[in-house]
Amino acid sequence: MADKHKIIGKSERRVDAWGKVTGRAKFAEDYTVGHQLWGMVLRAKFPHAKILSVDISQAASLPGVEAVLTAKDIPGSKTFGIVLKNQAILAEDRVRYLGDGVALVAAASKEIAERAISLIVVEYEPLPVVSDPEEAMKPGALVIHDEKNEFVHHKVRKGDIEKGFAEADFVIERRFKTQFIEHSYIEPECVVAELAEQGGVKITGSVQNLFSSRRSVADALKISLNRVQIIQATLGGSFGGKDEVMTSMCCRAALLAMKTGKPVKMVNTREESMLESYKRHPYVMYYKWGARKDGTITAMEIRCIADGGAYSSMSPFVTWRSVVQATGPYYCENVKTDVYAAYTNNNYTGAMRGFGSPQVNFAIESMMDELAEHVGMTPLEIRLKNGFENYAVTATGQKLNHTVSLKQVLREAAQAIDFDRKWREYRGVKEGEKKRGVGIACSYRGVSLGAEGTDAAETIVSVQTDGSVIVSSGVTDMGQGAQTQMSQIAAEVLGISMDRIQFLNTNTSRVADSGPTVASRGTIMGGSAAKNAAEKVRATLLEVGAEMTGVEIIALDLADNYLIRKNSMERLASFGELTTACFNKGKPMIGLGWHKSPPTSWHEEEGTGEAYFTFVYGANAAEVEVDTGTGKVDVVDFVSVHDVGKAINRGMVIGQMCGGVAMGLGYGLLEDFEIEDAIPKQLNFDEYLIPTSMDVPRIKTIIVENEDPAGPFGAKSVGEPTNELAAPAIVNAIFNATGKRIYEIPATLERVLLGHKLSRSGKRGSEQKNSLDSMMVESCKNRGEKG
Amino acid sequence: MKSVFIRTTINGKTYELDVRPNMTLLDFLRDELGLTGTKRGCEVGECGACTVLMNGQAVNSCLILVPQIDGQEILTVEGLAEGEKLHPLQESFLDHDAVHCGFCTPGMLMSAKDLLDHTPSPSEEETRAAISGNLCRCSGYQQIVDAIRETEDVRSQKSK
Ligand code: FES
Ligand code: FES
Repeated sequence: MADKHKIIGKSERRVDAWGKVTGRAKFAEDYTVGHQLWGMVLRAKFPHAKILSVDISQAASLPGVEAVLTAKDIPGSKTFGIVLKNQAILAEDRVRYLGDGVALVAAASKEIAERAISLIVVEYEPLPVVSDPEEAMKPGALVIHDEKNEFVHHKVRKGDIEKGFAEADFVIERRFKTQFIEHSYIEPECVVAELAEQGGVKITGSVQNLFSSRRSVADALKISLNRVQIIQATLGGSFGGKDEVMTSMCCRAALLAMKTGKPVKMVNTREESMLESYKRHPYVMYYKWGARKDGTITAMEIRCIADGGAYSSMSPFVTWRSVVQATGPYYCENVKTDVYAAYTNNNYTGAMRGFGSPQVNFAIESMMDELAEHVGMTPLEIRLKNGFENYAVTATGQKLNHTVSLKQVLREAAQAIDFDRKWREYRGVKEGEKKRGVGIACSYRGVSLGAEGTDAAETIVSVQTDGSVIVSSGVTDMGQGAQTQMSQIAAEVLGISMDRIQFLNTNTSRVADSGPTVASRGTIMGGSAAKNAAEKVRATLLEVGAEMTGVEIIALDLADNYLIRKNSMERLASFGELTTACFNKGKPMIGLGWHKSPPTSWHEEEGTGEAYFTFVYGANAAEVEVDTGTGKVDVVDFVSVHDVGKAINRGMVIGQMCGGVAMGLGYGLLEDFEIEDAIPKQLNFDEYLIPTSMDVPRIKTIIVENEDPAGPFGAKSVGEPTNELAAPAIVNAIFNATGKRIYEIPATLERVLLGHKLSRSGKRGSEQKNSLDSMMVESCKNRGEKG
Repeated sequence: MKSVFIRTTINGKTYELDVRPNMTLLDFLRDELGLTGTKRGCEVGECGACTVLMNGQAVNSCLILVPQIDGQEILTVEGLAEGEKLHPLQESFLDHDAVHCGFCTPGMLMSAKDLLDHTPSPSEEETRAAISGNLCRCSGYQQIVDAIRETEDVRSQKSK
């Protein structure tokens, strides 16, 4: 059946790439509207403080200033939030992190706006800061919102861990820690808000989740949803990052536009972007496993604490994925997992590619290697021994009814890097400055939102009279290629070539609320809806084709831009002739496709459920070279293997794999958005280092395809799984090279070296501060180890 | 601030105008000329999204003040194609799926053009070095490197 596809599975050019290589594509900042004003935000001076007074009089009287607004001027809801509505559009009586906005200015030019901002006088009463989530959860800690700081507690329960630990021959207990990560989309945030002709606003911007942003703007302005139109500009990357930060920018620009009656443009500088935007959650993870000498895991007790920062944002969802996946794809009868999130005065944390899995995967896959070490197996053997197979029952009690390809992807990855042989060879090497090591990691990942939320999407396929096609969807493209995949699906169903398709950027007023494009649901949700839409049009076209030609519908097909006779491939009419006939007969050539995901369930109290309707499997293998003199780690070889169900576009799947690995490499080795006492330390790319072309090795990509009936043409998802395994694979490779394990990422020079020094006493760096030389203490502090 | 007079060629077109001396080339291109293909990512010379060619050499336009382009020749992404006919590098980027979100693409293309104009058959290492000042968060660079190295036309053209 696979060979029958003409478009599916091919590396078609992206539908939105021509504009991007010519400079024609319009990203948000490329929009300029006549007489637009500059909008600007005054942000908090302290990460935690009471606002005693705000004096805007001087700023307001500056010539060229058209409006100065504070929270008081918001007619409707002053706060927003997808789960807990506690994020302030503008802080009213208290600032909770340094990125909080206190006042807004709209002025004739950027320079005047800057001046006006500097003239606003805010009187604060600084409060103590809470910057450690574990401290924040303790009784008596200063409370950042109304109730206690702990605002999420998810659990998973299976079997009886006491019994499980009693059955164990030994127990491994470890603490892992991960860092804040900046999304680092290269395009900073921007919107242009204009008054709509019949009231309300029209906003064009770098918005990822248009429908949730729209809801918040409508609430803030106290108007109905149909009076807020949000149009997505071509997005310069998002990775989960242009959600709440864009919602607040949309609200702010809309407020200024409504107030002044003029278009208002707001653009964040990189510094503003890094200061204000949310990050990937840092986790502290306590893992305790009981196991037998043969490598069987008898019990897992897991406790994770996520730093939620100042606002709840997506934390409840992100941590829910963590709790579901915290045991990894491994058999264990007795499980107790608790995942918490707590407020601090740090940057709030939310959705980022991976969404709660990169953190736990680092812990799980490190634990797996430690287990292998204990029982004398190779990392590959231990995974093959414990890994899920078809019909496995997960920690949440869900039976896996799809093709469980975990062992397949593991073997592929191991083979491609010659894992067992190298692992044994490198292990024995004692001499030499530079040491090599290989590491492997694997995972299973629930597809789409799962029991996290309502999961449905709309895609519209509209065929024009000349046979060209316009597709649009409520599922947005952030650069990952969702538009191209949906186009390929529509083209396949309609039997036309890709050059006939134009894809429109999402507009909230022209397509139904399709939920957020998170959780790698672009292909499976938007794609299924596209298939559904195209099939409706196809049915109409074939019906008209039958009338036109006198050939029975079942003998007809659409292929290569023609209406054909199925058996003989005889061309009966061109696609254009067919669509013209359709139009002349007054038949609808528009298909509204809707896809609702199969049911899932979750029992919050029992900690069990059918969490996701299907899962994907992946494995990464890394080879590193560690300079034992400097602690520098180079990744010299990398293999990425993913079962994507079906690759709709091979080139794009490979692109996702390479991009995901690069981001994962940054996570494991380089990146650390340091926040000290709630003050971010790096605000631009000169200090916050993401991987360059020199840091990323050539990546071998292997696509595994076990088609899944849950997705269009068997396709599942690929965006996020590619990002969640590089860090543990690299850390495991460092262990193979040096014999020292890294428990806190990123594995910077200092950590690789500190591991050396501290291994004698077995204490953590932070406990050892005094005994280390001053340089080490400094570097340790700079890397945020003391938090 | 007193304006200064400059004469410059941008994408083959000559401009003579008065400019504010403290304006960056990036702002000048985007805000004064409406050439928004050149992107703003960091404004401190780190991301490379604003890369243009000045006399055939890749530069970060966010670090150049407009008076510096007086008498110089600038090429931006808008000047790469000839009418509707794409430059071979652009075609190659499309064929290799080297364009994801596309925000780094204009800068990448300009750095790549500088490389190929001076090094007709670059090695993987040379190619990676040439774009090491252009950050891409989407692609992992591999398809971009391949696209540049497999831009056959440019290579044959240059080696004549
Ligand atoms: S904007 Fe010039 S290098 Fe980033
Ligand atoms: S394609 Fe998105 S930054 Fe390079």
